[in-house]
Amino acid sequence: MSNIPLLSVITFLPLVGVALILLLVRGDVKDDSKSAKQIALLTTVATFLISLGIWTGFDNSTADFQFVEKAEWLPGVGVNYHMGIDGISMLFVLLSTLLTPICILSAWEAVTKRAKEYMISFLILETMMIGMFCALDMMLFYIFFEGVLIPMFIIIGVWGGQNRIYAAFKLFLYTLLGSVLMLVAMMAMYWEAGSFDIPTLMAYNFPAQMQTWIWLAFFASFAVKVPMWPVHTWLPDAHVQAPTAGSVILAGVLLKMGGYGFLRFSIPMMPLASADFTPLIYTLSIIAVIYTSLVALVQEDMKKLIAYSSIAHMGFVTIGSFTGTVQGVEGGIFTMLSHGIVSAALFLIVGVIYDRIHTREISAYGGLVDRMPKYALIFMLFMMASVGLPGTSGFVGEVLVLVGVFQVDQWVAALAATGAILGAAYSLYLYRRIVFGTLTKESLKAILDMNRREVLVFAPLIILTIYAGVYPQPFLDVMHASVENLVNNYHAALDAAGVQVATQ
Amino acid sequence: MSELPNLTPALPEIFMAAVAMALLMVGVFMKAEAKTVTRTVSYLATGAMILALLLVTTFSTQAGTTFNGLFITGTFSAFAKVLILGASALTLLMSRDFFDRVNVSRFEYPILAILATLGMMMMVSANDLIALYMGLELQSLSLYVMASIMRNDLRSTESGLKYFVLGALASGMLLYGSSLVYGFAGTTNFEVMADIFANQHGVHGPSTGLIFGIVFVMVGLAFKVSAVPFHMWTPDVYEGAPTPVTAFFAAAPKVAALSLFISVMVGAFGELAGQWQQIIIFVSVASMALGAFAAVAQTNIKRLMAYSSIGNVGYMLIGLAVAGSVASGAETQQSGIESMLVYLTIYVIMTLGTFGCILAMKRNGQNVENISDLAGLSKSNPLMAAALAIFMFSMAGIPPLAGFFGKLYVFLAALEAGLVTLAVLGVLTSVVGCFYYIRLIKIMYFDDTEEALDRKVGTEINMVVAAAAIVILAFFIYPSLITDGAAAAAASLFAG
Repeated sequence: MSNIPLLSVITFLPLVGVALILLLVRGDVKDDSKSAKQIALLTTVATFLISLGIWTGFDNSTADFQFVEKAEWLPGVGVNYHMGIDGISMLFVLLSTLLTPICILSAWEAVTKRAKEYMISFLILETMMIGMFCALDMMLFYIFFEGVLIPMFIIIGVWGGQNRIYAAFKLFLYTLLGSVLMLVAMMAMYWEAGSFDIPTLMAYNFPAQMQTWIWLAFFASFAVKVPMWPVHTWLPDAHVQAPTAGSVILAGVLLKMGGYGFLRFSIPMMPLASADFTPLIYTLSIIAVIYTSLVALVQEDMKKLIAYSSIAHMGFVTIGSFTGTVQGVEGGIFTMLSHGIVSAALFLIVGVIYDRIHTREISAYGGLVDRMPKYALIFMLFMMASVGLPGTSGFVGEVLVLVGVFQVDQWVAALAATGAILGAAYSLYLYRRIVFGTLTKESLKAILDMNRREVLVFAPLIILTIYAGVYPQPFLDVMHASVENLVNNYHAALDAAGVQVATQ
Repeated sequence: MSELPNLTPALPEIFMAAVAMALLMVGVFMKAEAKTVTRTVSYLATGAMILALLLVTTFSTQAGTTFNGLFITGTFSAFAKVLILGASALTLLMSRDFFDRVNVSRFEYPILAILATLGMMMMVSANDLIALYMGLELQSLSLYVMASIMRNDLRSTESGLKYFVLGALASGMLLYGSSLVYGFAGTTNFEVMADIFANQHGVHGPSTGLIFGIVFVMVGLAFKVSAVPFHMWTPDVYEGAPTPVTAFFAAAPKVAALSLFISVMVGAFGELAGQWQQIIIFVSVASMALGAFAAVAQTNIKRLMAYSSIGNVGYMLIGLAVAGSVASGAETQQSGIESMLVYLTIYVIMTLGTFGCILAMKRNGQNVENISDLAGLSKSNPLMAAALAIFMFSMAGIPPLAGFFGKLYVFLAALEAGLVTLAVLGVLTSVVGCFYYIRLIKIMYFDDTEEALDRKVGTEINMVVAAAAIVILAFFIYPSLITDGAAAAAASLFAG
C-alpha cells in the first residue's frame, strides 16, 4: 500500500477521465453528452473513494507530512515534484474530492450546451485543486494555483450568465495580478534560501526586513483569492455569472486556496511579518465581516447575497488564522471546511430554483414552502448552518474562532461577533422572502419539488453539516497535531526575535 | 603548397548550398505544370532541410573551426541550427496549402527558403565579422524577396520594399559598426577580439571609438531581432507579407538573429559586458512594455503576433542581460544564456503552432486575418480552437503550459544576477500581455458568429499544429528534453 503514490493517483485520476472522455465520446449528441457525464461522475467518485482511503491511512498523531512523494523534475532551477499532506491539507483534499462529484451531479440536467467540454473543464479543475493542496514544492504549488484559472475562466465564460465575459476577465486579471507578485516573492525566497521546497523553507529563518516584503507579495495573492475587503469585488461578479457548479467550486474550494495559503506560507515562513501585520488582517477582516454583511442585506440577487456572505465568513477565517492560538487556527480551518460545504449547498439550492424559473431575483419568489416542502426544509438547514446555529458545522468554526481571538484581543472578538448577528439578519430575511409568505406569483404555481437526483446531491452535504456540528472531534483530531505544531513554531520564532505577544 | 582545409564542420552548410543549386535546376528544367513543379521542389526542399538537420546532429556538434577560423561549430551552434532547420522545414511544409490556394506557383519560394536558412546557419556559426555579415545578408536578401513573392499583391510588394529599405539601413549600420570595431581592435575575428579586450581592459579601458562600434553593431542586430526601438518594420512586414512568409519570419530568423546576438555579445564582446549590459536592459524593458501595451489595440492577428514577438524578444533579452553581468560569475552568466535558449525553443514551437492556426483561418476558401474572424471557432472546429487556446495561454505564461517555464527560467536567471527590477517589470508586463492573449480565447470560446470559418484544413497544417500543441501541453511532464540541450549549449559557450 505504501509504495503506491496515492497522492499522485488522486491528483491525476481526473485527467485519466479527461482522456477517456476525449477518446470515447464523439460529438455533442444527447447520448454522447450523457456518457461524458457518466465518465466524469465515475472518475470523480473513484477519486473521492481513494481520498477516503488516504484519510483512513492518515496518522493523526504527527505533524509531519505524510504520503510523501519526491522526484527530480526541473534540476536546472531546483524545482522538484514533491507531494505530501499534513493535518491542514488533508481535509481540504477531501473537500475538493467530495465537491467535484456533487458539482457534476448537479449539472446532470442543467447543462446541455457543450456538456462534454463542461465535464472536461471540471475534471481538469479537480486535478489542479487536489494538486495544489498536496504540493510541497513552491513552484509546483504555484503551477496548480495558477492552473486553476484556465478551467475557471472557460467555465464562467462559456456557461455563465448574461455578463459572463466581464466576470471571467475580472476573475482572471485580478487573480493573475495577485499571483504574479507571489511568483516574484517565491523567486526571491529561492534566491535567499536556495530552495523551492516547502518543508525546507518552513525551517528557514528569513531576515525580518525581507519577511515584510515577501509577506506583502503573498498577501496580494491570497487576499484576492480569499477574498478580503477591498479586493473582493471580483467575487460577486464571478459568482453571479458562473453556472451553478462553477459557483459551488468557487465558493467551496477556490476561496479556501487563499486561507490555505496563509496557513501554509505566510504564517510558518514569515512569522515576524505575520505578527506585524496581524492588526491589518484584523482590521480588513472586521470590515469584511460587518460591511459585506450589511451589503448582503440589500441584495436583490440570491447568488450575490450568498457571495457577500461568503466574504463575511472568510473574514472569520482570516481572523482565526492570524490569532496565533490553536483554537483560532483550528476554528479558521473548520470554518473554511464548514463554509465549503454550506455555501456550496446554498449555491446548489439557488441552482435548484434557477433551473426551474430561470431567474435569481429574490423578488420573483415567495411562498415556495407550499409547493416545495422538501426544498424548504433543506434550505432552512443550510441557512441555519450559515448563520452558525448550534448543532450545525457553522457553529463549531465560529465559536472556535471567537474563543481564539478572545484570548488575544477582546475588541476584535466583540466586533467579529456582531458579524454573526448580521449574518442571522440577512440569512433569515432571504429565507423569509423566498420560502415564506403566500404563493401569489403565477410562474410559481406549477413549480415542482426536488426530484430524487437533487435530493441525492444534497444528502452527503446534509449529513456532513449535522455530523460535523454535533460531533466535530474526528475532523479536529486530523488537524490538531499540525495546527499545534504551526502555532508552537510561530511563537518560538517570535520569542527568538524578542517579540512579545499578548497571549503567552 | 596549400592544403585543402578540413571542411567536415561545414558539411551541412555545403550540403544546403548544393541542394539550392540542384533544386534550381529541377525547377527550371522539369517538364510539368507549374503547380506540380512547385510542389515537387517544395517537398524536396523540406526533405533537404531535414537531412541537413541530421547532418548537423552528426557532424557539427563537436567543437571545431574551419575556413581559417571564420566558421566555428559546437554544441551551441548545433542547438541553434537544429531549431532553425526544424522551424524552416515546418513552415515550408505548412505553406504548400496556402500557395496552392492563391494560385501562386513559384518554385523559387522553397529555394529562397533554403538560401535564407543557409544564411541563418552561417550567422549562427560565424566567428568573424565578415562571416557574420555574409550570413546576415544572405538571409536578409532572401527574406526581402520572399516577403514580396506575391508580386501582384499590393501589400506583399509594399511589405517587401519596406523590409528591404529598413533592412538595408540596419545592415549599413552594422557594417559601419563592424568597421569601427575593426579599426579600433585591429581584427575581425571574435576570438582574437576577446583576447585583445581581456588584456586591454586592465590598462586603460576600451576606447570611445570601440564603444561606438559596438553600439552600431548592436543597433543592426537589434533591428534583426526586432527589439524596441528598432521594431517599426515588424508589424507592417508581418501584416503585409503572405501568411506563410510571416510564419517563416517569426520562427527561424528569430533563432538565428538571437543566437548571433548571443555569440557576438558573449563571444566577441564578453569582456566589455559592462559597456553593453545597460543597453540590453533598456532594449529588453522597452520591448516587453511595447509588446504588451501596443498589442492590446490590434485587430489583425498577424499584427498582434508581430507585437507579441517584440514582447517575447524582450523577455529573451533578459537572458542576455544576465549573461552580461560579469560580477555575478560565469555560472550565473551561463544560466542567463540557458534560460534564453529554453525560452527561444518554446517560443519557436508556440509560434509555429499559432501560425499554423492562422494559416488555417479561411472563409469560403479565402484567408482571413482579423481577430474577430475567430469568433465561434470553438464550435466550428473545436480541436483547432483548443490548440490555439493552448498556445495563447502558454504565451500568456499560465502554468502548467510550456510558456510559463520559459518565463520562469528567464526571471529566475535575472534574480540570480541581481536584476530584480528587470524581473519585476517582466512579470508586470506579462500580466498586461495576458489581456490580449486571453482576449483571443474569449473570441473563440465566448463569442458567436453567423459565418464560421471553413472546417477543412490542410493535412500538413493539422499535423504541425497538433504536434506543437502536444509539446506545449506536455512539456511539464518531461522538461529535460529541452532544458538539457539548452544547458549543454550554454555551457559550451562559456567553456573556453
